[in-house]
Amino acid sequence: MSLLEISDLRICFGTRPVVELERLEVDRAEIVGLAGESGSGKSMTTMAVLGLAATVGARVEGSVRFDGQELIGLPQRVLQGIRGRRIAMIFQSPAMAFNPVFRVGQIFLSALELHGAASRGEATERATTALRSVYLAPDLLDRYPSQLSGGQLQRISIAIALALRCDLLIADEPTSALDVTVQGDVLELLRALRDDKKIGILFISHDLAVVAELCDRIAIMRKGRVVEAGPTDRVIGQPQDAYTRELLAAVPAIKLAGVSS
Amino acid sequence: MTALLEVRDLLVRFGPVRAVDGVSFELPRGPYGLGLVGESGSGKSTVGRAIVRLGPTAGGDVLFDGDDVLQLRGPGLKKYRRAVQIVFQDPDNSLDPRMKIGTTIAEVLTAHGIVARRQVAGRVRELLQEVALDPAFSSRFPHQLSGGQRQRVAIARALAVGPRALVLDEPTSALDVTAQARILAMIQRLRDEHELAYLLITHNLAVVSELCEATVVLYLGKVAESGPTRELLAHPAHPYTKALRSAVPEVKADARTSRIPLTGEPPSAASVPPGCVFHPRCPIAVDRCRREIPALRIVGPGRKAACHRAEEVLGGIDLRQPAATAHGGGPA
Repeated sequence: MSLLEISDLRICFGTRPVVELERLEVDRAEIVGLAGESGSGKSMTTMAVLGLAATVGARVEGSVRFDGQELIGLPQRVLQGIRGRRIAMIFQSPAMAFNPVFRVGQIFLSALELHGAASRGEATERATTALRSVYLAPDLLDRYPSQLSGGQLQRISIAIALALRCDLLIADEPTSALDVTVQGDVLELLRALRDDKKIGILFISHDLAVVAELCDRIAIMRKGRVVEAGPTDRVIGQPQDAYTRELLAAVPAIKLAGVSS
Repeated sequence: MTALLEVRDLLVRFGPVRAVDGVSFELPRGPYGLGLVGESGSGKSTVGRAIVRLGPTAGGDVLFDGDDVLQLRGPGLKKYRRAVQIVFQDPDNSLDPRMKIGTTIAEVLTAHGIVARRQVAGRVRELLQEVALDPAFSSRFPHQLSGGQRQRVAIARALAVGPRALVLDEPTSALDVTAQARILAMIQRLRDEHELAYLLITHNLAVVSELCEATVVLYLGKVAESGPTRELLAHPAHPYTKALRSAVPEVKADARTSRIPLTGEPPSAASVPPGCVFHPRCPIAVDRCRREIPALRIVGPGRKAACHRAEEVLGGIDLRQPAATAHGGGPA
């Protein structure tokens, strides 16, 4: 049994289906990439997993099983015990994910207190440890979000997920707003979460190059459907679907032809 | 033949912050692509805005066909704006949401008196066709178009005045890869058809390798390195270029190079370190780098770098090792 099993997921606005996903699984200690263009349904899929699709007016049918438990149809009260605590999410724009009027530390600690830390003392200790494991100094907790760079805030998002001891991390374009050198650091952190903490990661991106470098398996999405899925080497090396080939051909690559080595 | 556009020792200040500090480069006559590469805060967009006279300058020169651009006023400035146009990253902010596409482009044609009034509609149609859009889009509003289509409109508007040079400021960063690929192919076609020269501002090294003959790498408001794009990417002379190159994700496993991690966050122009601006993040910094600002100097045919150890970097010194022993690390 996989950590996350999505099957026959159908997300509709009114009568119009925007996602029809037959099957997608994420196991523990595994990074699965969900790649596709804007509007392909990647982010709606994550909203459905988190039980948030209804908040934007979508109707969800089908099955999302997390650690054996069916999430579709669970009351929000029960979902809140899972969301945040066992399934964490990081977003594309870290600046938008942090309330600008609170210090980072307050945001961090209230997340921990909301989701199970026994005391403020324990929460502070968990926060400090988590910050160290994303290579940030604990004194950053005293700053406001606007005083930190995008890369620092994204690492703090990851630290919060770590401190919550989540099992599954959903990362929606977590590096698309970052500089390429900072992106490299964040990708390395995600690998460490997989290898050291055995966290399962669903990684959403339109950037096939990033997906190819990071993920163990890839699903290519188009117009709400998965057109191709499989181990990264296979999907990148021998793409079966014409759309996958088109997407791969569109990725700009550094060309060095004509230069002597 | 002299360059079309020459930037000499450009200085841009925001209060005490030197956002652009002594940047020099030349853009040859078209068809030609020059890449201006750097991370957030490197000053690349500020340089682009200064060139088209949209931002302030505190020193240095911008020469276009020998004319001093920074002194232009009135009719001279208007003439310059016809010669050099800019395309911004986000067409959502550069197109008026209440103006139809046709009106947006027509406005430029009338303001600059490019064609007679009765020829405007026809010229708008031609311009839309030139950027591979259906002329029927003329009667639509920006929100009825996709991001890629809106960026085509922005490019058509820039072409409307018949420019000789374009400043393209991250023209595809807001688009997904398939839309990006189409826009890049179009830029390449337009450049040959119109003998355009362009300054392509981007953080994406793969994009410059496809579209630019030469590249300038900026770091914290200064030129770190410049030269022919492919040589510069194949054999960087500056450790920053090498680290940047190694951080670019590649689809094909055999194209990946082992990543050179940079310590610390990208620095801020509000607190510039002494000596070489890159030394706090440089894996091979030695004492000299902490004291002495490296001059931008010639390190090969057409190539310049601002690094005390450029020859060693060109020679392939291993940047994944901690501070090297070659120059010793003893106290100054």
